[in-house]
Amino acid sequence: MQFSRGRNLKLNPRLTGDRKGEHYPFSLQFYQVPPTENISLSEFETFAIERLKILKSIENLGVSYVKGSVEYNTKLENELRKLKFPYRPPQNDISDDVYDERRKDHISHFILRLAYCQSEDLRRWFIQQEMDLFRFRFNQLPRQKVQEFLKYSGLEYLAISEDEKKQHHDDLLNSTYGLSSTKLEELDFYKVRFQDALDLVRPRKVFLLQGFAYIPHTDIVTLILNEFRTRLSKALALSARSLPVVQSDERLQPLLSHLSHSYVGQDFSSQRNTGKISLDQIDALSAKSFPLCMRQLHKSLREHHHLRHGGRMQYGLFLKGIGLTLEQALQFWRLEFTKGKVDSEKFDKGYAYSIRHNYGKEGKRTDYTPYSCMKIIVSNPPSQGDYHGCPFRHSDPELLKQKLQSFKVSSTGINQILDLVKGMHYQLACQKYFELTHNVDDCGFSLNHPNQYFIESQKLLTGGQEIKKEQTSGESSQSNPQSQITSSSSSALMNTQSEDMEDLEQFFNEY
Amino acid sequence: MQKMNPYKIDIGAVYSHKPSMHNSVKSGTFQAQEKELVFDIDMTDYDDVRRCCSSADICNKCWTLMTIAMRILDRALAEDFGFQHRFWVYSGRRGVHCWVCDESARKLSQAERSAVAEYLSVVKGGEDTIKKVQLSDPIHPFIRKSITVVEKYFEQYALVGQDILENKQNWEKVLALLPETVREALQKDFQKARSSVERWEKLKKCLHSQDLKKGAYAAKEIMLQYCYPRLDVNVSKGVNHLLKSPFSVHPKTGRISVPIDFRRLDQFDPFAVPTISLICSELDNVNIKEEQESPGEGEPEVKRKTRDYKRTSLAPYVKVFEQFLDKLDQSRKGELLLKSDLKREF
Ligand code: SF4
Ligand SMILES: [Zn+2]
Repeated sequence: MQFSRGRNLKLNPRLTGDRKGEHYPFSLQFYQVPPTENISLSEFETFAIERLKILKSIENLGVSYVKGSVEYNTKLENELRKLKFPYRPPQNDISDDVYDERRKDHISHFILRLAYCQSEDLRRWFIQQEMDLFRFRFNQLPRQKVQEFLKYSGLEYLAISEDEKKQHHDDLLNSTYGLSSTKLEELDFYKVRFQDALDLVRPRKVFLLQGFAYIPHTDIVTLILNEFRTRLSKALALSARSLPVVQSDERLQPLLSHLSHSYVGQDFSSQRNTGKISLDQIDALSAKSFPLCMRQLHKSLREHHHLRHGGRMQYGLFLKGIGLTLEQALQFWRLEFTKGKVDSEKFDKGYAYSIRHNYGKEGKRTDYTPYSCMKIIVSNPPSQGDYHGCPFRHSDPELLKQKLQSFKVSSTGINQILDLVKGMHYQLACQKYFELTHNVDDCGFSLNHPNQYFIESQKLLTGGQEIKKEQTSGESSQSNPQSQITSSSSSALMNTQSEDMEDLEQFFNEY
Repeated sequence: MQKMNPYKIDIGAVYSHKPSMHNSVKSGTFQAQEKELVFDIDMTDYDDVRRCCSSADICNKCWTLMTIAMRILDRALAEDFGFQHRFWVYSGRRGVHCWVCDESARKLSQAERSAVAEYLSVVKGGEDTIKKVQLSDPIHPFIRKSITVVEKYFEQYALVGQDILENKQNWEKVLALLPETVREALQKDFQKARSSVERWEKLKKCLHSQDLKKGAYAAKEIMLQYCYPRLDVNVSKGVNHLLKSPFSVHPKTGRISVPIDFRRLDQFDPFAVPTISLICSELDNVNIKEEQESPGEGEPEVKRKTRDYKRTSLAPYVKVFEQFLDKLDQSRKGELLLKSDLKREF
């Protein structure tokens, strides 16, 4: 796929020598100052799409590999190089190429801010990927560059005194993995409010005392990332406010909305399927076409006539996604719950509300979308009495094995799945399960959503009655549905645009 | 003024209404922009490790779990997070709530609340997880201190009280938490031993003698799985949940949700907590007596009722509450100089 790279040279004089360094002295940035130059609409688009591609790859890599592992880093570096984004500081001076990359990094980030500030979900996704990118780049910085970068960004932390360090010697030692007494002595510790180091507090990887976290220099990236997140989410909130101005621009509006729609690709809350499923089909469908997580929820709902909050949300939204109407959903849950301890009146008082809520009929009236695998795997893990979550992630391997056996998965198949689970490739494990239960060698999609699982399964089982979208890209990592939408929508746009985009500044000025 | 919402309403309820009306005061009213950091521990979440009762039932045996929970969490909230104003309340039925009322706690964002809750969560996994506690090197100071608390109660509570290794059926559950390599040997040892205490000794010895990579902390993990507080993280995150206000009446038991005096924590007895009917009859008695002694003394209604409470079995609990508020009030005096006129009365 070719994008025109025509840049309007008149409006964008090349910078020379020192000014290049001044502009973008580092291979990463906090994106504090919006771009002020003029760029052509075609460049605007190219930048936006390429950044979206890189963020997508980051998301995919994060699912398949352990973040920060060698594999992850090499793959990510390749992607960045391929799409001409900066990833680590060059050995020598800042050349034109380096400048171009950094400029593109800068501008493209700001473009996507506009597209991704529009809803809570989009913002969360964008921040997550941008943070992973930032973390990767930060970790590539050589030691002395780290200090320079911190200074440049106005982030300097004061180390605690030797005395204070001695006083908490043992506790500090026992709060960080792989720290030895000798290492501890050389290491600086920074004392910050625990609120500024949540990523270390949550998994208990830092020493806490009286509300303060004692961060070893080796974990300083947590503080920087926290700063990055705070600044970015504030900026996004502000952009959202200025959005009406941007949206009134008819050249930008379609592009931005396409960009944001391509985030998890298919919109699984879509009304497309609504009403095509009858309630008595669900039992059969759950055995044939539900991913394991939903099959498990369905089973325990039938057994206990009850599901706790987390399960109701995860399963309820999934059902909505496969096409249950609100009326069907109410009927479905009521029937099941009233078989158990909940009588009809209690159901109407306690549960009906939240079902209508999921369909956007109550409360904030947002139409909730079904959870993605990512969300299920990462957030709100199941606890006592819960059946939600992803079985590949949240079941003991032994129990998972038994479950798979009871579903008649072959023992070689089970071993393959368990190996993937061990390597923390939960979605790949689920894909393997799909292949084994559907008797295909290669499922032909990369799984990131339970509803996608369902749709693909139905496609296979009912003989592909769904019209396949045309495949525009041959790259294997891009063969998932979301990038198809990106590429096709963008080429549609490319045909119609030609004018220059003046004053990008105008759009960024608002915040 | 909104800041004062929570305790204004509680106090208002205690001092100016009949207790029968407290039922209607739920914390929904407290939801201002700020909210206390709350914790909810519910005995039903311990069903897989209690032998004495299940679901909503509690007894004096399993109540120890709540005592352990309060000790562990209260220490961490105070020492690790630096929160001064922690208020523990018996829910009236099968669990306890904690309200952290420090200014800094009330201002926490959702992400911050859930980080605190997760820091405090050790038992993890749903119905599909057998082994719910996994420790790894190094043992974090928080875990170390929590284990110290559990150790104080473990033998008496788990080995003697719950008798978790009493018979094969029960010790199988414990063995399932151990590395496979030791299970067989322990089976034999357990058959020979005569009590849970003895079997536990064998278990520790066996783990000790082996150079286990995986099972180095197995004994501690079992102790935590059986005794560590099980938090409902979603309640603390502040989503979708209302906690009953202190001094409300539990609709099923009629018991009043009373504050717990931390200095006498080990003596707290949920079955000694007054019920609504008891309080009502006590109040009637007070009134009758009073009318006989001095009929029609023109005392203001509210003031009289206030004093009445001090003559019921609710009095010691109200006192705990007052002491808590005094402390809270003191630390707020500075900031409230301008606004406090209305509130300072109590
Ligand atoms: S990978 Fe996704 S679809 Fe599969 S079980 Fe897990 S959450 Fe469900
Ligand atoms: Zn009991």
